[in-house]
Amino acid sequence: MQSFFQEAVIPHFNFWIYVIIMMVGLWSVIAKNNLIKKLIGLSIFQTAILLLYVSLGVKEGATIPVLDHHALIESSHSESSEGSGKKAIAINPDHYANPLPHVLMLTAIVVGVATLGVALALTQMIYKDFGTIEEDEVLKKIKALHDDV
Amino acid sequence: MSDHYPALVLLAPLFGALVIGLFGLRDHRVCLPVVVSALGVSLFAAISLVLSVSSGGPVDYFVAGWKEPIGIGIQLRADAINTPLLVVIAIVALLAAIFSIRPAAERDSEKTPYFYVLFLLLCVGLFGITITADAFNVFVLIEVTALSSYGLVAIGQSKRGKVAAFHYLIMGTVGASFYLLGVGYLYLKLGSLNMQDIHGILASDDALADSRAIRTAFVFILVGIWTKMAFFPLHGWLPNAYSYSPSGSAAILAPLVTKVSVYVMVRMMVSVFGLDRLEANVEWGHFVVWLAIIAIAAGSTMALAQREIKKMLCCLIIAEVGYMVGGAWLGDPQRWGLTGTVYHILADALMTSCLFLAAGIFAKWLGALKLEDLSGLFRKMPLAAAGFVVGGLAIIGVPPTCGFYSKFYLIRGGIESGQWTYVVALLASSLVNAVLFFRIFEIAYFGKKPADSHGDDHGHDHESEPVVRLEPPLHALIPLLVAAALLVLLGLFNGPVVEFIRTGLIETAAVVSTGR
Repeated sequence: MQSFFQEAVIPHFNFWIYVIIMMVGLWSVIAKNNLIKKLIGLSIFQTAILLLYVSLGVKEGATIPVLDHHALIESSHSESSEGSGKKAIAINPDHYANPLPHVLMLTAIVVGVATLGVALALTQMIYKDFGTIEEDEVLKKIKALHDDV
Repeated sequence: MSDHYPALVLLAPLFGALVIGLFGLRDHRVCLPVVVSALGVSLFAAISLVLSVSSGGPVDYFVAGWKEPIGIGIQLRADAINTPLLVVIAIVALLAAIFSIRPAAERDSEKTPYFYVLFLLLCVGLFGITITADAFNVFVLIEVTALSSYGLVAIGQSKRGKVAAFHYLIMGTVGASFYLLGVGYLYLKLGSLNMQDIHGILASDDALADSRAIRTAFVFILVGIWTKMAFFPLHGWLPNAYSYSPSGSAAILAPLVTKVSVYVMVRMMVSVFGLDRLEANVEWGHFVVWLAIIAIAAGSTMALAQREIKKMLCCLIIAEVGYMVGGAWLGDPQRWGLTGTVYHILADALMTSCLFLAAGIFAKWLGALKLEDLSGLFRKMPLAAAGFVVGGLAIIGVPPTCGFYSKFYLIRGGIESGQWTYVVALLASSLVNAVLFFRIFEIAYFGKKPADSHGDDHGHDHESEPVVRLEPPLHALIPLLVAAALLVLLGLFNGPVVEFIRTGLIETAAVVSTGR
């Protein structure tokens, strides 16, 4: 048990966390009856994936990927002190977190917000038409509807 | 200028949507010319791309000149698999746009500009999914498509449409999230999002390509895409969403959204994971083909049980998605199954377009929602009925139409790969389609009108009362007839189209499997 923790859980804890959060969201989408609670579950579900991506970009001891003058000088110093002999300014990618997953997630966040906006608008329309946002009551009222296509 | 055609396909509808958003709200008459000209530009660019691909091979386009792997360059790539689909998307969208003109006096006419903005954004998403060569962009464009389609489903008067749109939204978002997760795993292992890059890395490193993380990524991507294309156990959202949406929306959603998702699956198989690798794992192929057989059987059975026209057509879409998924996974060495799938994507988009245009006409100008309401159809609207018959014959698979040829290639793939159950399922499903449509034709030809159901009036030649011609207005009739004519044309010219697709598929598979 302990070795399982040390080999599979602790080194990969970001995966465990994202899977657990994602399943919480999915459970809420499936099991909850209230449409708003379903949407909250959906947001949790999406956010779990954002967390996975963000955790991919993290490096131990790295800083934010903004290149300032100071960092450039520092890295060139470290290069020359290692004895490579080159004067060229080098940027060591290990010093910076990977920005690409974060940038991707900005897009995914926008998509998520837009989805939530559309979903809330739909919920509002359903409430206006049916007077309720409990799914079972909505479905019951739909069965009583005449065809109105 | 011609260098920029790949971007132009996307940008024309995007700017069209902007123009309608700016000016269409004040004057509704702006909408239609803008939509038609934007889609016309896309169609022109798409046809030019087909020509340049057929003469000079795949066309690569780097947005703003940022090439991989310098920045996060966005690559568009037009090749033999996707350019025909671009043309078909533009045509179907044009037909649906003309079909959905609303006279200003009609109810709902204040929604016209909103409808067309969503419509054009949907087209942007569909074109984008088809032409992009970047796995993450596919996700973004899938969501652009999906968000506009939720709006298009809910825009009508129907109360059920709103609930259907909500369920569609939940399923669609979960599906897209699974796709995103799969892309995340790919990025985690390979550090690239560009499809060609991914394929190159996977082709050069067998241990990595067979690792558990890559397989998990592939499964996540497949499940996400299957949700989007309504592959059988994941089809729950489709029948309600398409049958309770307004006719104009259904005329573009039903033909295109599921087909473009099938295209994404084909693209992932051919130019991301690689056909050789998929065929090395034979049991995967067998498993998916069995799923497809179940989907075909379930779709056909559900279609038999429906009494409403649009619901029946929706169930047919589910069966057709089964044909395409099964065909793509047959794995015959000559690629006939895969070629048949790509050709069937084109054919099915046109067939579904034709049938949903006809169903829209029947619903709007005849008030016919159920099969029984169609009695006397051939007397009331002979031309629209003729269009519907051509669409029905194409779905059944009668020779001069494209439906026959696509099934022919799919069955050829099934025979060459020895998947006899798939062949049987396909033929049985064609029989079911024949039963379904001839039942409708019978009602439409010989069905009695409710008013004179009691008595002596036998059939159509007995002119006991003046027949009222209810032919729909031209803006609705012309798209239907054009779609019907295209079904026959695509069937007659299947040889060059299929040869174009097949050589493209074999080249794409061969180029990358040798590594870059």
